[in-house]
Amino acid sequence: MIEVKNLTVAYQGKEALSNIHLTVRKGAITGIIGPNGAGKSTLLKGMIGLVPKNKGETTFEEKEIASVRKNIAYVEQRNEIDLSFPIKVEDVVLLGTFPKLGLFRRPKAAERQKVIESLKKVKMEDFAKRQIGELSGGQLQRVFIARALIQEADIILLDEPFVGIDMKSEQVIIDLLKELKMQGKTILIVHHDLSKVTDYFDDVIILNRYLVGCGPLDSTFTTENIQLAYGETMGNVLIKGVNSQ
Amino acid sequence: MIGHFIEGLQNYQFLQNALITSVVVGIVSGVIGSFIILRGMSLMGDAISHAVLPGVAFSYILGINYFIGASVFGIGAALSIGFVTRKSRLKSDTAIGIVFSSFFSLGIIAISFAKSSTDLYHILFGNVLAVRSSDMMITIIVAIIVILFVVLFYKELLVSSFDPIMSEAYGLNVGAIHYLLMLLLTFVAVSAMQTVGTILVVALLITPAATAYLLTNKLSVMIVLSAAIGTLSSVIGLFFSYSYNWASGATIVLTAAVFFILAFIFSPKQSILFKKRGMTNEEI
Repeated sequence: MIEVKNLTVAYQGKEALSNIHLTVRKGAITGIIGPNGAGKSTLLKGMIGLVPKNKGETTFEEKEIASVRKNIAYVEQRNEIDLSFPIKVEDVVLLGTFPKLGLFRRPKAAERQKVIESLKKVKMEDFAKRQIGELSGGQLQRVFIARALIQEADIILLDEPFVGIDMKSEQVIIDLLKELKMQGKTILIVHHDLSKVTDYFDDVIILNRYLVGCGPLDSTFTTENIQLAYGETMGNVLIKGVNSQ
Repeated sequence: MIGHFIEGLQNYQFLQNALITSVVVGIVSGVIGSFIILRGMSLMGDAISHAVLPGVAFSYILGINYFIGASVFGIGAALSIGFVTRKSRLKSDTAIGIVFSSFFSLGIIAISFAKSSTDLYHILFGNVLAVRSSDMMITIIVAIIVILFVVLFYKELLVSSFDPIMSEAYGLNVGAIHYLLMLLLTFVAVSAMQTVGTILVVALLITPAATAYLLTNKLSVMIVLSAAIGTLSSVIGLFFSYSYNWASGATIVLTAAVFFILAFIFSPKQSILFKKRGMTNEEI
């Protein structure tokens, strides 16, 4: 379980997130939703200390998050990645073995073997030797998921993984995430498309610079909370699965 | 002409020093340069290589080895740029522009106190034919340190260059890697100052690396190619410089530029002659 207490993040004096208190269950897939600029990615980065925070703390299983960093697999938004970087698909996945290897140890045959297994799980083994710039958005996302799998981390953080990907990739990824959930992993996903919320997530965090709601879909993904986060205009739009009480 | 060069090599200590220094500087600039361009830090490379100037001047005044002064100012510049970027609304390219031009100006004034204008000319434009044995030894030591660093921390350099957020999330100290790289960049900038001069160091850092980048899809191959192109450029540049009495720095840099143009025209990866292969969306 991840616990965030009183997290406040400000950029140049403007508060991007104020006093966030929340808990994230293990063995569940939790979505972070909210309008543009609500601080969704900032929450993901702020809770593990990737952006400087003004105050607040995060714990995982009652330990400081800073002490369990090797247990975090993070998949950044795809558009933040340099697609012309001289690196092949298999070598991207191999990066996922680095945290456990530590300093000065090189990946060997065992790690290479894991790369192949991991690529098979996302059905990308035929693309192992390709340069990453040759892949489609969905294929690339599957490669990053393969890298997260190989990290064998208990905390999996994904920033907008479903944006601009094909249906097959979406299915492969969601099936794998459900499998990871069964293994008791803590999975947190930044997401902006409200229509798929009930398909993907068990719990949601609804955000608009402050915390609107946090908890299981039934009690949290309500018309009232969506209105609070997105403003009145969203109230009349019928969103699949929203609990209108 | 080549006979004349080889004869010179056999007879003159200064030409031997020049050749060894050129080779070593070519290798290290190629290696460090690969990381500089992949991390999108070409401008930073230019800034650090200019910012070492006051360090060199103060070292002359104080009578200490110029590597010490240059390192202090190189790292000082990297830290100032980082500080201004973090603490203001300015983007990093603006911070880089302000910091390096100020350091460089300070250096020009300091040198006018320290030495004659001939020395300033050599520092700005390089003179590989005037390299002393002691400078050559320092250059070799720098090369060993740089190559050791890259070999030992290859994994960390690779992952933090490609995906800094993922690396930082799993606990890698990306800040420490950045500043270590800046320290080594400073060392390399000072070594390269002897062959191409402060103003042109950036060319030796980024042109061979950019050429290699056009030719391969694998980082380790890119680093080796970049070092090879850097070395070839330095040696060919030295040869023309010695034979025709051309300015060594400019000759080396132009040789590197010729390699780049060839790669730009003929590279299969990014060629303007051959069309790039289409995306593979259909193969899903």
